Amino acid sequence: MTSLAPGSANPAGAARSAIAAEPTSQAHGAPAHGADDHGGHVDARLFGLATFLVADGMTFAGFFAAYLTFRAVNPLPAGSSYELELILPTINTALLVISSFTFHRAGSNLRSGNQAACRSWLLGTVALGVAFLAGQMVEYFNLPFGLTDNLFASTFYALTGFHGLHVTLGVICILIVWWQARQGGRITQQDHFGLEAAELYWHFVDGIWVVLYGILYLL
Amino acid sequence: MTVASPTDFEPQGLQPQGWLKYFSFSLDHKVIGLQYLVTGFIFYFIGGALAGVIRTELTSPISDFVSRETYNEVLTLHGTVMIFLWIVPVVNGAFGNYLIPFYVGARDMAFPRLNAVAFWLIPPAGILLIASYFVAGGAAQSGWTAYPPLSLSTPAIGQVIWILSVLLLGGSSIFGGINFIATILKLRRPGLKLMQLPMYCWAMLGTSILVVLSTPVLAGTLILLSFDIIAHTGFFNPALGGNVVVYQHLFWFYSHPAVYIMVLPAFGLVSEILPIHARKPLFGYTTMVYSILAIVVLGLVVWAHHMFTSGTPPWMRLFFTIATSFIAVPTGIKFFNWLATLWGGKLALNSAMLFSCGFIINFVFGGITGVALAQVPFDIHVHDTYFVVAHFHYIVYGGTVFVIFASVYHWYPKFTGRMLNEDLGRLHFLLTFIGFNLCFTPQHWLGLNGMPRRVAEYDPSFTTLNQVSSVGALLMAISTLPFLINVIWSAFAGELAGDNPWKALTPEWLTTSPPPVENWVGEAPLVTHPYDYGIPEGKIDLRVASGADLWFGGKR
Repeated sequence: MTSLAPGSANPAGAARSAIAAEPTSQAHGAPAHGADDHGGHVDARLFGLATFLVADGMTFAGFFAAYLTFRAVNPLPAGSSYELELILPTINTALLVISSFTFHRAGSNLRSGNQAACRSWLLGTVALGVAFLAGQMVEYFNLPFGLTDNLFASTFYALTGFHGLHVTLGVICILIVWWQARQGGRITQQDHFGLEAAELYWHFVDGIWVVLYGILYLL
Repeated sequence: MTVASPTDFEPQGLQPQGWLKYFSFSLDHKVIGLQYLVTGFIFYFIGGALAGVIRTELTSPISDFVSRETYNEVLTLHGTVMIFLWIVPVVNGAFGNYLIPFYVGARDMAFPRLNAVAFWLIPPAGILLIASYFVAGGAAQSGWTAYPPLSLSTPAIGQVIWILSVLLLGGSSIFGGINFIATILKLRRPGLKLMQLPMYCWAMLGTSILVVLSTPVLAGTLILLSFDIIAHTGFFNPALGGNVVVYQHLFWFYSHPAVYIMVLPAFGLVSEILPIHARKPLFGYTTMVYSILAIVVLGLVVWAHHMFTSGTPPWMRLFFTIATSFIAVPTGIKFFNWLATLWGGKLALNSAMLFSCGFIINFVFGGITGVALAQVPFDIHVHDTYFVVAHFHYIVYGGTVFVIFASVYHWYPKFTGRMLNEDLGRLHFLLTFIGFNLCFTPQHWLGLNGMPRRVAEYDPSFTTLNQVSSVGALLMAISTLPFLINVIWSAFAGELAGDNPWKALTPEWLTTSPPPVENWVGEAPLVTHPYDYGIPEGKIDLRVASGADLWFGGKR
């Protein structure tokens, strides 16, 4: 079991020796390595984010299950229907799907060292996200029903609103990444966790929309 | 707050030291674990006082001690406090945070800051919940299940505060779950295999998977419920075309796994305690692991057994009866493995062991009534009666709370460096065991004879058994006195424990008591299998030491 020999496991020797020098180190308040400094252990941040997105996805799954059940068993009052105008949402879907590709281009540009192009693609992604939100607003203002009109109306606004909240948050995250990817910022070709996290999140929000579009508009 | 980099690592006074650190935004997993533990116990006493009000009211068949509305509020607060502020934070947050980094050979959790955030969501949520008693209309009155349309017609402010509080606690739970999954899967020291992990790691991995998959569904459901209350949408309001059964499905999709979120960590803890005090390896390690995973999978597909009287179609009843009955198989495997661990061991009948054995006895009883409740014909008869109340308390009190006490007796020497008094501990066990069974056994009869739960008044023919039950509750209340005296007195004057008073092999015992900030001075100790007790003399070195010299790096 030589692989378990002391010293082979943790490269962060400096922190260790600082502690070893003071055997009863109850006096230290902060651990030597917090979220920023991984002190020799693996970086689990993307894994943690992915786990969170599983949880977030379950929230949507709950909403989808509720919506599908409502639709299957709860008749709507006379005069209202589950039909929706399709043109604008379809354009919106296209915008969001394209934005996933533009974000991907931003990431690959950063990894190949072209930081300026990365920032342009990020701005393009932001523009697509904002366009999506604007399209959503236009749709809201032109719908023939309000939040409390009937069960479908309530479910529609809850689902699209919850998703819109995610898109808004995503746009803010991309803007932060865009700022951090400037010359001398904290996101560099070598160290770009922020960009990867925002990208994973953005793809997630995009994927959720595709499902939502399918069951809310097409079904 | 800045985190010291390795080069300038000095005690810089960034965080309070000494006892003050327990009131700070500490990033140390051990401090956070004890913060969870003490906060949990404070809410346990609050929830216990609320239970005292319930049992006092139920000593007579009429509503005389408190009004019916107050009774409903007390009932709701009791359930919510005990589940979301006591059991879940303590068996997951407290012991999980304290022990998991040791067990995987890490110096802290994967996300220390997220960990601190998860803890600090709990006190405000708890204060919010308790404070809702004083707002206009009082606290929520619809029970911990908050079923609509009841929760739509009871006073709105209290109900909305209840939702807000549960959302905060759910968020805390999800953050904790993400942290445990990442820590167990990603932070294991190199060479440490999954099948070498102590059983509590497996229990916490399974629990955290349930938390991450099911808690968000409850959060989404409660958001929809709050829309119904605040914005007058009709998701769950039949008067507006909504569907109450959908709420029940979504609610129980979380709240049945929640039972496993409360009891799986207890399975893990008791699997750590028994081998050490029986001086034997844990029987059937591999089957224990697969049982946990089977419970996780089955636990996600049994929720509708809470809804057999909610107009569920026959095929659904059939499926959920069968799935629920199947859970008895992995649970039974665990039960017999614990018995086999005890069989022929050199048992030390100390407080930790007594509470663990109490757990086994109570839990098997609650498990059997659980299998009975899974059968539709029987369930329809006793649904919403005291039989369900009795079953549930046998699982969460007789099961989990007994394990929490066992764990406190077992790990207190590690937390504080001092032993707890064994005589007071045994007295505590005796009073708790008798009080608990006296309180909840009669409720099976009450339920079978049709006494409905959650009602302040009852048929006078049920009076005697209710009074017996209340005497049991009084004994349980008294039983906390020797415990409280013990933990407070021993912290200052208890016998010094040394580093490894139980001669245990799991890594938390291979460091000082209490452990240093980053768990071990120097490298983490080497590990092989965590349950190598009873190995013949000479093959294993049980010298009490902190460091690698105790842990033999070779193969068995």
